[in-house]
Amino acid sequence: MTLSAAATAEVGRHEAPWRRLDPRMLVVGPAGQLVRLLPLLLIVVVTGQGDTPRLLIAAGITALVVIGGVVRWRTTRYRITPERVELHSGLVRRQHRSVPRDRIRTVDLTSPLLHRVFRLSVVTVHAADSASAAERNGLGLDAVSAAEGERLRQELLERSPAAPVPDEPAAAEPELLAGMNWAWLRFAPLTFSSLAGVGAVLAAGFNLLSELRVDPRDVPGVDDAAERLADGPVWVAVGAVGVLLLVLAVVGSTALFIERWWGYRLTREPDGTLRVHRGLLTRRSLSVSEQRLRGVEVTEPLLLRAGRGARTTALSTGLGKESQGGALQPPTPRAEAHRIGAAALTPTFSKATFLPDSYMNVALLKSPPSLTPLTRHPRVALRRRMTRALGSTAVLVAVAWVLAETTGPGWIGPFSLALLPPAALLGWDRYRGLGHALTPHYLVSRLGGLNRRTVVLQRQGVIGWTVRQSPFQRQVGVVTLEAVTAAGDGGYRILDIGDADAVALADAVTPEVRAFAARER
Amino acid sequence: MQTAQPSGSVGLPLRPPAHQVDPRATTWWRLRGLATTVVVAVPQLVVVLILGGPAWLVGTLVATVVAGLVYAAVVPGVLFRIHRWEITDEAVYTLSGWIVREWRIAPISRVQTVDTEHGPLQQFLGLASVTVTTASARGPVTIRGLAAADAAELARQLTETTQAAAGDAT
Repeated sequence: MTLSAAATAEVGRHEAPWRRLDPRMLVVGPAGQLVRLLPLLLIVVVTGQGDTPRLLIAAGITALVVIGGVVRWRTTRYRITPERVELHSGLVRRQHRSVPRDRIRTVDLTSPLLHRVFRLSVVTVHAADSASAAERNGLGLDAVSAAEGERLRQELLERSPAAPVPDEPAAAEPELLAGMNWAWLRFAPLTFSSLAGVGAVLAAGFNLLSELRVDPRDVPGVDDAAERLADGPVWVAVGAVGVLLLVLAVVGSTALFIERWWGYRLTREPDGTLRVHRGLLTRRSLSVSEQRLRGVEVTEPLLLRAGRGARTTALSTGLGKESQGGALQPPTPRAEAHRIGAAALTPTFSKATFLPDSYMNVALLKSPPSLTPLTRHPRVALRRRMTRALGSTAVLVAVAWVLAETTGPGWIGPFSLALLPPAALLGWDRYRGLGHALTPHYLVSRLGGLNRRTVVLQRQGVIGWTVRQSPFQRQVGVVTLEAVTAAGDGGYRILDIGDADAVALADAVTPEVRAFAARER
Repeated sequence: MQTAQPSGSVGLPLRPPAHQVDPRATTWWRLRGLATTVVVAVPQLVVVLILGGPAWLVGTLVATVVAGLVYAAVVPGVLFRIHRWEITDEAVYTLSGWIVREWRIAPISRVQTVDTEHGPLQQFLGLASVTVTTASARGPVTIRGLAAADAAELARQLTETTQAAAGDAT
């Protein structure tokens, strides 16, 4: 164990020195803020048409921002001791934050456009789930030089005291697990987050227009087109708006996809971390310590599933629930998603066994754990899914009929009946998705219709169980079993599994359960 | 700590944990139910008496009071029969819930912290809760309605046991 030797060496030296952020932040910090304030400054200056007080206000704001940047740089200091990462900041509201190094799970390097020009990186350190908010939200160094960022990344992950030193000599070159394939761009319009992004783009555009006091109706042609639409039949107007939205969605989501995933590379670094590089304007690099990887999740939202695509995320302790949390790849063809999942899991897997690496790797990549044939759940699970889907829809239909009879337009009653077939299909689909399996190393479970999720969890990653049973479930002898884990969402459900199967499964994963199993039923 | 014969385990996937909670927990649940009823009913009462609210509000007020009283009369007994806990050398095991039952198992080797807490009502009744946290955000196992002394002893034992276990429990 080199830890004790390193520790002695550290004690021998004097305290780790405090370090400042990169001096280039004196320029980049204020510049970034000014860019954000640019619309405001423009409005102040333009609407004033050059009168002195308004120019002074603009100049004052600029001066304040610059002073703020200097103060921030002067008062922010960080240091890395053998035990902790510490960050001091603030002049008026002093803050001291520190994260124990053995709790560090992921290190994130981000370079927004302006930072890139100056070769700077923001380093964000995420620690394991903990009571203090500072540790949960991550500790951010904004910013250090790109080289320093890279050095910090390696130092913090590699020498994290909890991580044992790998036995075998590490390969010098990072191993490329996946790269970008631009054919995947076809999945961009099929992702909901991209659609949400389009909404954001629209809102931003509208905001800008109203800030600049431009009425869209003043733009030549718009008014004319609006009038023509209003004169024509309703379906033409609806159709035109629909097509316009669709085009916007496709263009916007494609643009977002390109910004997010430009230069995508998934590598395994020699120091035993998984690393995702991506981003066109803002370069991002996420490093997940493989010691902290507990599994992977393959998600197939309905639209993406219809396009035979999927997405894989890493389940790691310390990765938050924020969007893009542990995304290992852009939306890709399903087979590729499962392959990436398997590739990400392989090394932790082979270290845990004594079988030769090559044999395990081949076996794993041939049949990714996320594609393990799953045990179906009992038929009563189908009945429960159908009751859920049709029951709630039936309530809607009843309400629609009542409205049709009393107040509303008469057609909504019959019209609402059209909801029933999709609801039934969804119920059937949700049942078809349900399943679980136990492989020698992983617990695999799948559920969901609108957002189908296949979770592959290391057996050692399961740190407890929750079994829930409603009165309806009790009648038909099924339960909802939740595997509790430190990674990802904190718990993954196996829905409507037979009660005896649930106990047997939990028992197989964690033998502690055996003492509590009902002896006879 | 009180140990009674587990009752009615037919059809359950797991056997009930060994121990029941303190009988005073029944009083605790009852008082809490009544307090909730008061909080919900009083604003309605004020509106009805002072502002002369609509007739249907009288209806909901009566319904609130009746529901609260029925809950306080019936449910705490049911809760007491259901709520159970057990701690072995290997795991913490609890059963809770009323309509939806919930069994929780946390292996001792994964326990990170052990807390005891006493709310004002619990203090008044000499009760306490013990919460056992693991590394998961969804993992905490809480045993509610223990006698305060038992809870303290339990927490002490658990802390000792878990300190003996190695690793960072993730």
